Amino acid sequence: MFEDFLFRAFFAGIGLAIITGPLGCFIVWRRLSYFGDTLSHSALLGVVIGYALNFNIILSVFVISGLISLSLLYLQKKTNLPNDALLGLLAHSVLAIGLVTLGLLSFIRIDLMGLLFGDILAVNFNDIVIVWIGGAIVLFLLIIIWRPLFAGTVNLELAKAEGMRPELANAIFTLLIAAVIAISIKIVGILLITGLLIIPASTSRNLSSTPIQMAIIASIAGVISVILGLYSSITWNTSTGPTILSVALVLFLITLFPLKKLPIFKKQTKLSMQLKNEEQAVNK
Amino acid sequence: MKKSLIELNNCGVFRNDKWLVRGVSIKVFKEQIVTLIGPNGSGKSTTAKIALGILKPDEGTNLIQNNIKISYVPQKLSIDWSLPLRVLDFMNLIEKNEITNIVETLNITGIEHLLFQDVRNLSGGEFQRLLMARAIIKKPDFLVLDEPVQGVDYPGEIALYKTIQEIVKNIKCGILLISHNLHVVMSQTDHVICLNGHVCCSGAPRSIIKEPEYIKLFGNNIDPTLAFYEHEHDHKHLPDGSIDHSH
Repeated sequence: MFEDFLFRAFFAGIGLAIITGPLGCFIVWRRLSYFGDTLSHSALLGVVIGYALNFNIILSVFVISGLISLSLLYLQKKTNLPNDALLGLLAHSVLAIGLVTLGLLSFIRIDLMGLLFGDILAVNFNDIVIVWIGGAIVLFLLIIIWRPLFAGTVNLELAKAEGMRPELANAIFTLLIAAVIAISIKIVGILLITGLLIIPASTSRNLSSTPIQMAIIASIAGVISVILGLYSSITWNTSTGPTILSVALVLFLITLFPLKKLPIFKKQTKLSMQLKNEEQAVNK
Repeated sequence: MKKSLIELNNCGVFRNDKWLVRGVSIKVFKEQIVTLIGPNGSGKSTTAKIALGILKPDEGTNLIQNNIKISYVPQKLSIDWSLPLRVLDFMNLIEKNEITNIVETLNITGIEHLLFQDVRNLSGGEFQRLLMARAIIKKPDFLVLDEPVQGVDYPGEIALYKTIQEIVKNIKCGILLISHNLHVVMSQTDHVICLNGHVCCSGAPRSIIKEPEYIKLFGNNIDPTLAFYEHEHDHKHLPDGSIDHSH
């Protein structure tokens, strides 16, 4: 099955979409949309260093993005600049450093289009293993830090006062995003990964009424985008990464219609049923 | 001797070239209500954050008893529209609670009918009640309320104060209550501290019912939930920020 390039593409894309769903929700909730961009801009430096040192690209991108995200946390504490200014500062200066380094190391040849837009049809079995194992680790860590991260998203001081460590959760969360960006380079490329993080989460916001619901629906929307996007890109011979994102956008546009009134979204939760029963019992 | 839940000893916080508060000493014991009053910018919230352990004092010490459960009702809490959050989810914010426990607690603050509402559909008063319910559900040993009656009308204020009294009676916690009302405090308050960058004065409140000034303002049907606090300042705050001790 893994011999077929299409199956490999499906497996890699679906694995990635499952993790970008919940991570993307936190990015939207915390207003960190430009954070994904900053990290993907810094990915170029990671790729260059990886090539120069003959090192695993995914690992070197993760290390560089990780360092950038930690320096963001540091700058947030040390300066009076707003988040968007800091993100812009980091994004473009690190991109510049990446380009300068690339110029200095003239022996390196990088497939720039592949880096920017990814080449999901070229993923090999190793890539799939990295996506699924890396993705499973990211998801597992996210579940562990979910409560402090979420409480800190609602109110940092409240979480801190009541004995949680939201700042540690934040630091881990930024490293998880760095990891996802590193994993995704080959699949959607550094220019489009932010889209895969944010669009399904935004789609999901229109359909959900609880945080966990939003995270799960975001994953589902991402998976649907990957499946339909891959099919469309093969049917019409368009580049795969952008096609996946276009499908994601179409899904988002569809959810702008009042779908919540559809019967499947009106289903009562077990909990509310149980409560109603209790209420009736009390009234009797 | 009874051990205090928290004890600030001569605490000060220094930010951006000035002292936000300095020389603040506060003790809160179990089943005691300490009310912190002061004008805007006097460092009330800063002091509360020291007591909660969110801010580390740059001067002085802050002793928080080990293993006590702390709850916090912050002055401002805005929830981003991108975040779908129901009352039920908000009650489970810090730790997961039994649904029956949640309904009971919401019942105490009178908003159990809003269980499945999105928190942003709540009115200002309902949201304050939700913050209170969330804070008491885990039966804290120490509860910090930062202006819990803001945005609440006069009858609502009295109702909320009554709820606070009930809470102290039921869960026997120590409370640090912050209010910007300089003269009227909760009558159950054991100790009032007036803050303006430093502790200006402190003492016990007086029953409000006997205050002729207050009767003149609000008539005779004043609720006994409120009490009057008489300031005894031995110094003046000059417009340039310095303090005048001469009389």
